[in-house]
Amino acid sequence: MATDTTWEPMTNETAQEVAAEEFSAVVTRHRPQIFRFLLASTRDPDLAETLTQDCFLKAHRNWAGFRGESSPMTWLMRIAINLQKDHWRNRRMQFWRQTQTNAVDMDEASDWLPSGESSIEQQLLAKERVGQVWKAVEGLSERQRTVFLLRYVEEQELSEIARATGLHEGTVKAHLSRALARVRRELGGRR
Amino acid sequence: MSFNDKFADRTDGSKVGTGDRNMQQVTGSELEPELEKALADFCLAVHAWSDAASHRPRTLAATVRRRSWRLAAGWALGCALMAGSLSGGFYEHHHRQELARIAAVRAAEQQKLAAEQRAREEEEELAKVDSEVSREVPSAMEPLVQLMDEDDSK
Repeated sequence: MATDTTWEPMTNETAQEVAAEEFSAVVTRHRPQIFRFLLASTRDPDLAETLTQDCFLKAHRNWAGFRGESSPMTWLMRIAINLQKDHWRNRRMQFWRQTQTNAVDMDEASDWLPSGESSIEQQLLAKERVGQVWKAVEGLSERQRTVFLLRYVEEQELSEIARATGLHEGTVKAHLSRALARVRRELGGRR
Repeated sequence: MSFNDKFADRTDGSKVGTGDRNMQQVTGSELEPELEKALADFCLAVHAWSDAASHRPRTLAATVRRRSWRLAAGWALGCALMAGSLSGGFYEHHHRQELARIAAVRAAEQQKLAAEQRAREEEEELAKVDSEVSREVPSAMEPLVQLMDEDDSK
C-alpha cells in the first residue's frame, strides 16, 4: 500500500536556515554557562564577554563540522578553554605588556553572596568563605583552576571534564584533588 | 530544578543538592562539612555574579577609550624614544665630526709650524755657508781688477 507522504529534497537555503535555527538554540541554551565559566576563570566581565563572543563566533564557523560526538556543551566548553589559553599565552608573548588588567580583585568578587543567607552574621561568614575559596582558586595552576571550576561551579561530570579539557579522567581527578587540598588549606588557615 | 532551588535551603542543611553529591564523588571520600559549605557558597556566588554581569550595561565605549588612550600613550612614548635616540645619535655624530675637524686643523697647524721651522733653519744654514764661502774664496774678477789697477798706475 502506497502512502501519500512524499519526501522532497531539502534545498541548500532550507538546510542553512535549519542549521542557523539549531545554532541559535544552542547559543541561547549554553551562553550563560560559557560566560560564567570564563568570568570565574578571568574575573574580568569585559574579557569574559569578549571571549564568550569569540567562542560562539568560532563555534558558528565550525558548526557544519560538528558531528555530535560529544554534547554541544562539551564542544563549546572545549573551544572556550582553548580561547582562554590562547588569550593568556598571547598576553605573555606581548612585548608591550599591559601592566593593569580589568580583573576585579578578590574582595569585589566575594561581594556576590548566596541569596539564601538570612542573618548578617551568616552573610559575613559566607563572604569570608567565598573570599577564601577565591584566594585558593587564584593560587591554582591554569589547568587545576579550569578543572576545579568545571567541577564545582559548572557541576560537570568527570568524564565531561576529561572530554572538554582533553585530559584523562585520572589526570582530572589528580588536578581536582590538588585543588581541593589547596582550598582546604586556605579554609583551615583562617580558623 | 534550577540551581537556586538546589541550594536554596543549604544554610540549615535540610536540603542537599545534586551538586553536593557530585562534590563528594570527586576523590572517593566525603568532603568535610565546612569545605562542602564553602564550595556551595562559592558556586552560588559565582552564579549570582555571572547573572548580574550578563545583565549589566556594557562598558565597550569606556574600554575602547581606555585602550585608545593606552595605544596613543604607547605611540607617543615610542615616538619620543625614537626621536631621542635619533637626535642623540645625530648629536654624537656631529660632535665626533667637530672633534675630528679640530684635530685635523691642529695637525695642519703643527705641520705648518714644523715646515716653517724647517725652512727657517735651512735658510739660516745656507746663509751661514754663503758667508763662510765668501770669506775663504777670492772673487772671480779679482785678478782682472788688479791688472786694471796696475795699468792705471802706469
